[in-house]
Amino acid sequence: MDESLKNELSKQGIFTTSLQELYNWGRTSSLWPLNFGLACCAIEMIATTMARYDLARFGAEVFRPSPRQADLMIVAGTVTKKMAPQVVRLYNQMPEPKYVISMGACAISGGPFKQGYNVLKGIDRYIPVDIYIPGCPPRPEALIDAFMELQKKIDAQQLTGENRPRHLNAAEPSEFVVPRFGEHDLEPTHNQTIWKPPLVQISQAGTDESGNH
Amino acid sequence: MNLETIKSEIEANVPGCRVELVANPSPSAQHSLLLDADHAAAVAIFLRDAPNLRFDFCSNVTGIDWPGKEVSQKVKLRKLVDGVEQEVEETRTTTIPGSLEVVYHLYSVEKKHGPLTLRMRTQDRDTGVHLPSLTPIWRSAELQEREIFDLYGVVFDGHPDLRRLLMWDEFQDYPMRRDYVDPDDYEYEPTAHDDVLQRAQQHLSHTDLPQASEAEGR
Repeated sequence: MDESLKNELSKQGIFTTSLQELYNWGRTSSLWPLNFGLACCAIEMIATTMARYDLARFGAEVFRPSPRQADLMIVAGTVTKKMAPQVVRLYNQMPEPKYVISMGACAISGGPFKQGYNVLKGIDRYIPVDIYIPGCPPRPEALIDAFMELQKKIDAQQLTGENRPRHLNAAEPSEFVVPRFGEHDLEPTHNQTIWKPPLVQISQAGTDESGNH
Repeated sequence: MNLETIKSEIEANVPGCRVELVANPSPSAQHSLLLDADHAAAVAIFLRDAPNLRFDFCSNVTGIDWPGKEVSQKVKLRKLVDGVEQEVEETRTTTIPGSLEVVYHLYSVEKKHGPLTLRMRTQDRDTGVHLPSLTPIWRSAELQEREIFDLYGVVFDGHPDLRRLLMWDEFQDYPMRRDYVDPDDYEYEPTAHDDVLQRAQQHLSHTDLPQASEAEGR
């Protein structure tokens, strides 16, 4: 619908909308996060929901204690390899449409524990992440910012066409492989359909500006 | 509390035990007692119950891995070379077997003294990794001994609940041992150095990325 016509109609007291706008508005304004914290980031997440920052202003009214009732998973904290299967399992149990915020350095990449033998190097190895928040831990303002970014992302989604979200595309998976405990590491070490080792210019590693060792 | 007196008291009261004083040459001078595994439990009971010692609190238990190492020595020998006796230098290598060590820190809340540092060593790092558990004497050692079992592979005989603590049950390795090789789940490192750099370059060798010179042509 033409934007100027829509404006003109609204001046005359006639409210028009599209199904897509209505649908996205509904989802944007009532994201219910899963009540799920792993480490110190969870304390900041709790602070975000309390009176001072009040995430409820943005529609995240209630943190749900069950994955069946939640549509946003805030991975708040260090994901150890022992915990990773449970995180993926909880994600699989959430109904579509579902979103993931990867909160803090640990959930993004392993953070300060990246070289450790027991820490997963980022939850995006197993589940698709929509928004990353850097910080150790991120302040509540950062979480609110991420939340608003996610709302913008949902608002911009098309219901039809090539770029439609995963839950409207029957060919896209809604469940992801839960890693098993192996003898030396998790098996598989990452979900190959959603995560590939980053092709960064690693040949620069250990070289100076001119490319010499 | 003087460590020498504690040592002689232990030797007087626990028959047959061998206690060795391990000196710490650093300024902290935190000397310790090395117990033999067979009498460790008896020594621990004595340290806890002796009225003048009363070490009633075990604050910390930790492990140390001592890998086996080869020591080469140059020895001068007189030998017959081409019929003439000459002084010849030879290198002899001796292998010092490795072991796993467990360290206990004891305090006395009642007498307000401590810490007393106890050590125990396993026979080797493969099969003779058994040590007596001191959990029946100091309950606070329970989780820490489990952690040492998990990360170093020391088997504590007499422990009430010896399972892995931090890693999963199916895990086979002992991550805190010096020879542990962690799984190769490579990721880009912005400031790679040493081992990490070596690994990054290994990964580079079998990826078909553009070479540094090409990528830099701006």
